[in-house]
Amino acid sequence: MIKDAVCSFCGCLCDDINVEVEDGKVKRVRHACRLGSSKIMGHDRMQSPMIRKDGVLVASSFQEAYDRAAQILLQASKPLMYGWASTSCEAAKKGILLAEEVGAVLDSTATVCHGPSVIGIEEKGLPGVTLGQVKNRADTIVFWGCNPAEAHPRHSLRYSSNSCGRFTPEGREGRKIIVVDVRETKTAKNADKFVRITPGSDYEVISALRMLVAGKGDTVPDEVGGVLKADLADLADMLKAARFGAVFFGLGITHSRGRYKNIDNALSLVAELNSHTKFVIMPMRGHYNVGGIGQVLAWSSGYPMSVDFTRGGPYFNPGETAACDLLARGDADAALIIAADAVSNFPRATAKALANIPVIQIDPYENPTTLLSDVVIPCAIAGVEVEGTAYRMDGLALRLRKMVDSSFPSDEEILVGILESVHKQRQLMANEGA
Amino acid sequence: MATMISGRTLAQGAGCESKMSLDFFKAASICHLSEKDFKSLEFSEGKNVLIKNEFGQVVLTAKADAGLPDSMVFIPMGPWANVIVGKETGGCGTPHFKGLEVEVAATNSPVLNIRELFSGMGA
Amino acid sequence: MIIKGGIVYDPANGIYGDEMDLFIDKGRMALQAKGEEIDASGLLVMPGGVDAHTHIAGKKVNTGRIMSPNDSRQGTEPRSAVCRPSTGYTVPNCYAMGYRYARMGYTTAFEAATPILEARHTHEELEEIPILDKGALTLFGSNWQVMECVRDKDLSKLAAYVAWGLRAARGYGVKIVNPGGGEAWGFGANVKGINDTVPNFDVTPAEIIMGLAKANEMLHLPHSIHLHFNNLGKPGNYTTAIETLDLLKDIKPSRMRQIVHVAHMQFSAYGGTSWRDFESKAPVIADYFNAHSHATMDMGQMLFGSATTMTADAPLEYGNARLTHNKWSNHDIELEESSGVVPMNYFRKMLVNAVQWAIGLELALLVNDPWKVLMTTDHPNGSPFVNYPEVITLLMSKPKRDAEIATLHEQVPKRTTLAGIERELDWTDISIMTRAAPARVLGLDDKGHLGPGADGDVSIYNLRPLEVDTSLDHAIVKKALATAKYTIKGGVLVSKEGQILATPPGRTFWVDAAVPQADTDRLMIDLEEKFAKYYSIQIANYAVQDAYLPHAKVIRAGLPILSEVA
Repeated sequence: MIKDAVCSFCGCLCDDINVEVEDGKVKRVRHACRLGSSKIMGHDRMQSPMIRKDGVLVASSFQEAYDRAAQILLQASKPLMYGWASTSCEAAKKGILLAEEVGAVLDSTATVCHGPSVIGIEEKGLPGVTLGQVKNRADTIVFWGCNPAEAHPRHSLRYSSNSCGRFTPEGREGRKIIVVDVRETKTAKNADKFVRITPGSDYEVISALRMLVAGKGDTVPDEVGGVLKADLADLADMLKAARFGAVFFGLGITHSRGRYKNIDNALSLVAELNSHTKFVIMPMRGHYNVGGIGQVLAWSSGYPMSVDFTRGGPYFNPGETAACDLLARGDADAALIIAADAVSNFPRATAKALANIPVIQIDPYENPTTLLSDVVIPCAIAGVEVEGTAYRMDGLALRLRKMVDSSFPSDEEILVGILESVHKQRQLMANEGA
Repeated sequence: MATMISGRTLAQGAGCESKMSLDFFKAASICHLSEKDFKSLEFSEGKNVLIKNEFGQVVLTAKADAGLPDSMVFIPMGPWANVIVGKETGGCGTPHFKGLEVEVAATNSPVLNIRELFSGMGA
Repeated sequence: MIIKGGIVYDPANGIYGDEMDLFIDKGRMALQAKGEEIDASGLLVMPGGVDAHTHIAGKKVNTGRIMSPNDSRQGTEPRSAVCRPSTGYTVPNCYAMGYRYARMGYTTAFEAATPILEARHTHEELEEIPILDKGALTLFGSNWQVMECVRDKDLSKLAAYVAWGLRAARGYGVKIVNPGGGEAWGFGANVKGINDTVPNFDVTPAEIIMGLAKANEMLHLPHSIHLHFNNLGKPGNYTTAIETLDLLKDIKPSRMRQIVHVAHMQFSAYGGTSWRDFESKAPVIADYFNAHSHATMDMGQMLFGSATTMTADAPLEYGNARLTHNKWSNHDIELEESSGVVPMNYFRKMLVNAVQWAIGLELALLVNDPWKVLMTTDHPNGSPFVNYPEVITLLMSKPKRDAEIATLHEQVPKRTTLAGIERELDWTDISIMTRAAPARVLGLDDKGHLGPGADGDVSIYNLRPLEVDTSLDHAIVKKALATAKYTIKGGVLVSKEGQILATPPGRTFWVDAAVPQADTDRLMIDLEEKFAKYYSIQIANYAVQDAYLPHAKVIRAGLPILSEVA
C-alpha cells in the first residue's frame, strides 16, 4: 500500500492518493477522482517502438528508434518539440538540452490552453496565492469560464468551495460561490450565483465590473454581454464585500474572443479589487505538469513557452513561435511530440501540417498523433512508474512517486538516448567531412 | 446557426489516454444542444447532427443538455471538435476554440470513428 | 595550481596587499602545491567573491522572469561549446547567473529568502546555476507555528521547529522579513511597527524577532538571524530600525559573530514624514552601528536604471505597484509567508531615487568598521549584481561620487550628507566588504579567505593595485572588476578574461541542527494537526527530498551535548 502518492492527471496534483499494488501492478486507487483513478489504473499501451516503413509502422528496437529520431532532428532546419505537459520536469530538462543541441522550437500545451494567461501575466503580473490560502481564508470564490466539476473534480473539496480551513471552519456554508459562464455547467449547479454571459463578451463584462468596482457605474450601459447592469452591480458589490476573494479561471476565457486580452482585463480587475479588499486570481491549469514545463523552461531560457532555439539565443514571440503558429505557416519541417496529443488537440487544419513532415512520438498510449508519426517510442509513465517533479496549478512543486516497475524507459531516458545519438551522428558527420 | 463551444467533460478526460477506444469515441464524438434545439431538429434515423462552418464539417451524435441556452452547441474537446476550428492564432499562438459560428442540421450520415477521421490525412 | 606574484588581499588572515604566491591543492588553499601556474605578477588577487544577500533562485525569481519577457530579451547570448544560452538582465536565467557572477570573480552566492513549502523549487533552480557554491536562507517570520510558539513562550519548541524547518527546506539560516506582516497580508493588512499585534495571532513583531534570535543562538547556527525590518521603504522608518536593533543588543551570540544581520540597510535608513520631505538618516544609523557590535548590515545599494523588486515584504510590493502603476505579482504561501514582484525603474532626476542612491553609499562610508558592512545591491531589487563594480568604484572614488551627484536632482545635497564625505575605501576595505566579512557574517569558515584549508576560490583582476589610483582612475578600476582576468573555483580555472572555460557544479550548503527528541515530539503534535487541517498537502510530501541536492554540503549545528536528530 502506497500512501500519500501524488496524482498525475490534472493541475490539482492531489497528494493524498493511496494505491494498492499487488504483484507489481496497480490493483486499486483510493481518494482519486475518476480522472486520476483512470490514469493510475492505466490503459492498454503500445508495446514496442515503431518506425514507419512504406507507410506502415513496423516494430523496431529502442536504439533504432533513437537513431532515426536523432536523424530526423538533425536533418531538420526548424523542428518543433511540443507537448511536455504530462511528463516530469526531469524529462523537460533533457528536452530543453536536446532543443538547444539540434536547434529546435520548444513549446508546451500551454499554447492551446493557458498561453493567453501567460501573455496576460506578462502585461499585468499575477496577484496570486498557494491553494491553501484559498482553503483557509476565502469567503468568496468566482469560477469564471471554467468547470472544475468536470475538469478538476476534487478542487472544490480540497482547495476551494467545499474546503474547510482555519478562518473558514464552516466550509461551503460560509462561502459565496459565483459562476460566470456561457452555459449552466455542473459547477454552476453548486453556485450561489450563476451569471450567464453571451459567448465572446467576457472582456466587456470584466470592463463593466471594473467600472462598477471603481465607483464609475454611470459609464456602464444597461446591459453588457447579456447581463443586466443591476446584476453586474450586485456582483461587484459581492466582490467588494468579500473578506478574501478568489477568482479561478479557465479555457472559457483563454479560448474565447479576446483571448489574452480577457486575462489581461481579469488580472486588472483583481489588482483593482485589492484596493477594497483582499483578492487573488489563479488559472486552472489543465494537465498535471504544464506548470512544470513552464517553470523549467523559464529558468532555463527566460521564457515559459514557445521558445525558438534555432537562432542561437532563445527567442520568444507567441503568435510567431508557438506550435500552432509554426504548423499553420508550414514552417516546422519536423516534429517531436511528447506527453501530449497534438493531432487530437490542435485544429484539424493545423494538425494537417504534421502529415507532411517527419513526426516522432514519445507516449505510452496510441492516439491520433500515432497515426501520423514516423517514429513511435513508448515510454514509462511518469508519476506511476517513474519518480519525478511536477508543479501544481499554484506553482507548488511536488515529487511524483514510483509505484510500480516498468520495462519501458522513462521519457528522460528516451530523450537522453536521442541526445546521445545526435552526438554520435554529429561526430560521424564531422569525421566524414574531415 | 449556432455558437459552438468546445471543452472538457469527465468522460472525455477519463478517456484521453485511451483515445482509440470505444469509450473515448462515445465521450468525444457527441454534440450537446439545448432541449428546445434538440427537439426542433428533424431527426429521421438515429440522432446525428452535421456541424459545419468555413473550416470543415463533422458528424456527431446529438444529445440534449438542459444547461445549454438555445443556439449554442457544446462539443467535448478533441479531434471531432477540432474539425471545425480554424488555424489562425489571433497573433498570440492560441487558436480560437470557443465561440465559433456553425450551421447545425440533422443528418443520416454516420459518425466517423477515430481512425476514419484521420484516414484522409495522408498518414 | 600556483598563483604567482599577485598582490594579495586576504584581510581575514591579516594580509593587506602583500606580494606573494598562492597554492591550491586538491581544491583547497595549501602551503605548497604543484601544477598549473598562473602568472598574477603585480595584479590584484582576492578570495573569490561571496554574495551574502541576493535573489537568485526560486518561485519569486522565476515569476520575475515569466512576467518580464522584455527583461529576458536583454543580455541574450547563444550557447557555446561550454555554456548554455544566457538571457535576462535583472532576472537572468540560471545559466547566466552562474557565468556572470564567475566572470566578475564571485564564487559563492546565497539566496536571501525561501519559504519552506516552496523550497523544492528553489533547490531545482540552485542546482541549475553552474559554478557557484550556494545556499538558501529559510523564511520564518510570519509562520503560524513560529508565532504560536512565540505566543506560548515555548522557546525549546520554537528551536525544534527552526531545526525541523531548516531540514525540511534544506536551508542554511533563519530569514525574517517584515515579521508578522506576511500573515497580516493574508487578509490584505500589514503591521505598522514592532509592537503592533499580528491579527489572529496575539504576538508582536518584536516578540517574533526576539524568539527567533534566541532560538537561533540556542541552536548554535552558523549564521545569525537575517532580518528585513518592518516598515521597510517608508519615510521615517529609521526609528523602526533603531528600535529593532535595540531589542536584540543584550542577547549573547553562540559564536564569534553578530546577533543580527540587517538586510539591505539602505531601504530602512529613511527620514522625513512623507515622500515630500524624504531625507537620509544614514548618519544616525551609522552612528548606531559604530556604537554597537551586535549587528552587521548589507548595503542594498540602489543604482539608476532598471531593477526588479522581489521580496517577502508583500505589502511593500503592492505599494510599489500602486505608486508606479507597474505590473504586480503577489504570492502568499499558506501558513508561512507572503511575497511580491514588481519591475521598477530608478531615475536620477527623481529626488526620492537620488536620495536612496546616496543613502546606500553614506552607510558604507560612515560606518567605520568595514567588517560590519557587506557590499550588495539586494539583487535585483536595487540593481542587478553585474553592476557591483559601479558600487565599488563609487565607494573608492570621491571624484566619481561628485561627478554623479552633479547629475542628480538639485535637492540631493539638502537631503543627504554624501557630498561632504571625503572617505574613500581602499582594497582592504573592499576585500573585507565583498569577501571576508560576508563569509564571517554567514559563518562560512572556508570561504572569504586564502588561509590553508580554505576552499580554493580565488579571483585575479587585471589591475595593478600598487600603481592604480583608485580615486582618479575609477573607470579603469570599474572595467577591471567587471571582468576578472582569472576566476578560480575549487582549484579549477572557470573564467579567463570573461570567457567561461569550465562549468563544474557548485555545492549547496544547508544546516542540520540537532534538538532534543522530546521537543521534536511535542512539535510534531502541532505539525500533524496543521497538516491535517490547514496545509493543502500531506506532511509526507512536504520536505525537500535528497534527490534535489545532488551536491549537498551539510553543516551540523544544534544543541552541543546532544546527538539525537529529529
